[in-house]
Amino acid sequence: MGTITGRRAAYERARKRRSTVVATVSSLAVVTAIVVLVPKMPRWDRVHESFFNGERFAHSLPRLLDAFVLDIKIFAWSMPAIVVLALLVAITRNSRSAALFPLRILTIAYTDIMRGVPIILWIYLIGFGVPGLGIERPWNSPLIWGSVALVLTYASYIAEVFRAGIESVHESQRAAARSLGLSSWQTMRHVVLPQAIRRVIPPLMNDMVSLQKDVALVSLIGPIEILRQAGIDKSKFANFTPYIAAAAIFLLITIPLTRTTDWLIERERRRTTGTRIS
Amino acid sequence: MSTAKISLRGVHKAFGANSVLNGIDMDIAEGTVVSLIGPSGSGKSTLLRCINLLEPIDDGEILLDGIDISLPGFDANPVRRRIGMVFQNFNLFPHMSVEDNITLSPVRTLGVNKSLARAKAVELLERFGLADKVNAFPDQLSGGQQQRVAIIRALAIEPEVLLLDEITSSLDPELVGEVLDVVRELKTSGMTLVLATHEMGFARDISDLVCVLYSGHIIEQGLPSQVFSAPQSERAQQFLERIIRAGRL
Ligand SMILES: Nc1ncnc2c1ncn2[C@@H]1O[C@H](COP(=O)(O)OP(=O)(O)OP(=O)(O)O)[C@@H](O)[C@H]1O
Ligand SMILES: [Mg+2]
Repeated sequence: MGTITGRRAAYERARKRRSTVVATVSSLAVVTAIVVLVPKMPRWDRVHESFFNGERFAHSLPRLLDAFVLDIKIFAWSMPAIVVLALLVAITRNSRSAALFPLRILTIAYTDIMRGVPIILWIYLIGFGVPGLGIERPWNSPLIWGSVALVLTYASYIAEVFRAGIESVHESQRAAARSLGLSSWQTMRHVVLPQAIRRVIPPLMNDMVSLQKDVALVSLIGPIEILRQAGIDKSKFANFTPYIAAAAIFLLITIPLTRTTDWLIERERRRTTGTRIS
Repeated sequence: MSTAKISLRGVHKAFGANSVLNGIDMDIAEGTVVSLIGPSGSGKSTLLRCINLLEPIDDGEILLDGIDISLPGFDANPVRRRIGMVFQNFNLFPHMSVEDNITLSPVRTLGVNKSLARAKAVELLERFGLADKVNAFPDQLSGGQQQRVAIIRALAIEPEVLLLDEITSSLDPELVGEVLDVVRELKTSGMTLVLATHEMGFARDISDLVCVLYSGHIIEQGLPSQVFSAPQSERAQQFLERIIRAGRL
């Protein structure tokens, strides 16, 4: 008995060690190939000078970081608004109450129209159009209306994600909840939504990463955020390095965002199931 | 004048052109166990769902303590707290621990405070031998344990009647016994039970009344001894013969 268990454990350890070694060696091979081969390209020197200029990088970085604060702000106020609006739209579309029929039609029209036009167009239309109506300062700021355009478009995409999640919850879960005397709203709130949201977190986080990047589109109507600041620096010194610096700053945010999501999903899975099929 | 806990009078139900219940009359006396048996598709589940007001009926009456609960516009939520229901599978909420599954309805619909609801849940879990599972999640339980928790969850709102829809039919044979034991215990405690079942031996042992459903009609009803050994209608005889030949009685 004891020896069999011991042998099995030893075998498992050896197998684990072997896969670690294989993974390390293959990663190293790929990285080395890139580092060695890319500088051997014929015009690497010029690319190196105009995209990877250390001096320009150091000069732009602090200014870009400053400008990036605005991106974060736009993201920070748009994201909760998007989630709330998307949830409301998804719940309305999914409700079975006859009284909500007109609202249901409205939400269908809303998602179809918003999703059918490129985001950039909405940013131009709403960002220039609404302040153009002659609204008083400070309410005519393109920053506000650019954000509104982002919220309206993203909410229409994300509402569909939530709706798919809601519809993926098995009908018998609703039956079980209703048979316990829960109202249809309580069923939605405590039984359907929590399961639906858990299921759509991966696509949802994808959209959040896209949003984090699309925030830069608001610069098209004026506000000086990171992308515009990078453009200004690029023109001033005729060097593309600020773009590389901006890209690095975006990655600084988006990579931890995706890693954290994966970790959260994994933790939740472990908490509710405990086992894992390898 | 009826003394029945639940009475069905001429209940009709159709799904589109498919008419599933064709005039069901039935009395369920307080504290009795009523079994619904019959071939697959005969309407057993539909009947239970109608009693639980999960499906609106097309015609007839469903009386609970003499009051017609099937009238359109009748508030179904309080009725469902008086008539609990357990389904064949997918009963438990997978994102909630056993405790949260059990306390959800008492806390949200009856306004019981959380610690009281928890104490009650633990007490019920102890009574049915599941005390160590309070914090487990449904996916960590066996099928039999899941069904027992589902029954406990239905009991936690202290219903007057419990509807059980083939609660053992998705279980491995060796897990069926533990779930049926729970049902026996409920009968002993005086609970009014209505069960749709394919466990004929169990239905014979536990029921006070057996109803045989066939194409949405009750073709036979009576004491188990009578229905199982001397069915009157030809269809009931055929159905029971098939069951006996299949070795399920
Ligand atoms: N929601 C529904 N929509 C349409 N038809 C339905 C629905 N629910 C049930 N039916 C139909 O009603 C009939 C009776 O189904 P029901 O589930 O009540 O049978 P049952 O006696 O419980 O069968 P089983 O023993 O297989 O569980 C079947 O023909 C079924 O297809
Ligand atoms: Mg059924």
